[in-house]
Amino acid sequence: MSTDIHAAGAHDHHHEGGHAHSTFSGYMLGFVLSVVLTAIPFWLVMSGALPSKQITALVIMAFAIVQIVVHMVYFLHMNTTSENGWTMMALIFTIVMVVIALSGSLWVMSHLNSNMMPMHQMSGMK
Amino acid sequence: MTVAVNPSQTGEPVFYLADEHPHPEGWSTSLGFWIYLMSDCLIFAILFATYGVLGGNYAAGPAPKDLFDLTLVAVNTSMLLLSSITYGFAMLTMQQNKVAQTQVWLAITGLFGLAFIGIELFEFAHMIHEGATPQRSAFLSAFFTLVGTHGLHVTCGLIWLVTLMVQVGKFGLIEANRRRLMCLSMFWHFLDVVWIGVFTFVYLLGVLR
Repeated sequence: MSTDIHAAGAHDHHHEGGHAHSTFSGYMLGFVLSVVLTAIPFWLVMSGALPSKQITALVIMAFAIVQIVVHMVYFLHMNTTSENGWTMMALIFTIVMVVIALSGSLWVMSHLNSNMMPMHQMSGMK
Repeated sequence: MTVAVNPSQTGEPVFYLADEHPHPEGWSTSLGFWIYLMSDCLIFAILFATYGVLGGNYAAGPAPKDLFDLTLVAVNTSMLLLSSITYGFAMLTMQQNKVAQTQVWLAITGLFGLAFIGIELFEFAHMIHEGATPQRSAFLSAFFTLVGTHGLHVTCGLIWLVTLMVQVGKFGLIEANRRRLMCLSMFWHFLDVVWIGVFTFVYLLGVLR
């Protein structure tokens, strides 16, 4: 569908087709959402409203992920059609790399940490 | 580019070189800049991973709970958030070809960015004054590297912003300047996205720990 338009318009219409035009309402909606999504985690931590720290941690991480998506959509105007979908492909590739780097580092290093001989035992072995 | 080999009657190979047709200037800039941002994202991912691994090693020094002032971080976060929406307004006025208004919104964005950097430097100076220097513990090394790298990006963004304001003042909202403002817009909003990670994982989860 969209490929037909691109093929017909060649590169002359690239700029028009490349970016969704931003609107005032789009920016304001994104701003209000991100204010709410920022305020709630700060309030949760500063007031200690939730009973356990684990639940609070999970909730604020969920808020962060939602807010990142809000910023991506309303401020960075991410969509699946800009640049024929290549920005989305680059983003997906980066997310995969980030998840591997983060989870891999934390997983490997925590295992190293728990499987290492404690320092005081090591000094006793000399 | 395709190379076609067509042996003619004399036996000599004949080459046809088909080059790509020329593209208008800057047609691939936004995709290229997006790929740069994604590579920058990987830098931050590695710094986040480093902080995640080392963030608990205080070396009997100060912990996040002793150091971080969440009220200050909340003020700082709102500065960056406000600068994001004012940059959005600059982009909207740019679309309407209003040079003076675009300049005003860019200036306001710059002031919010400057306030962000000011508050961050105040926080760093306060921590270092209390003896929480980057050399104190692995946690503090990782903290200053991660948050400092973000602050350095914002500083570069501010320099870029001033440069573009001079450009727009001199040449107006020409095609090249629109493209540059577009790139800075992506850069600025991207830094705000990274800050979401910083205030959640470093400050909020740090105080919670």
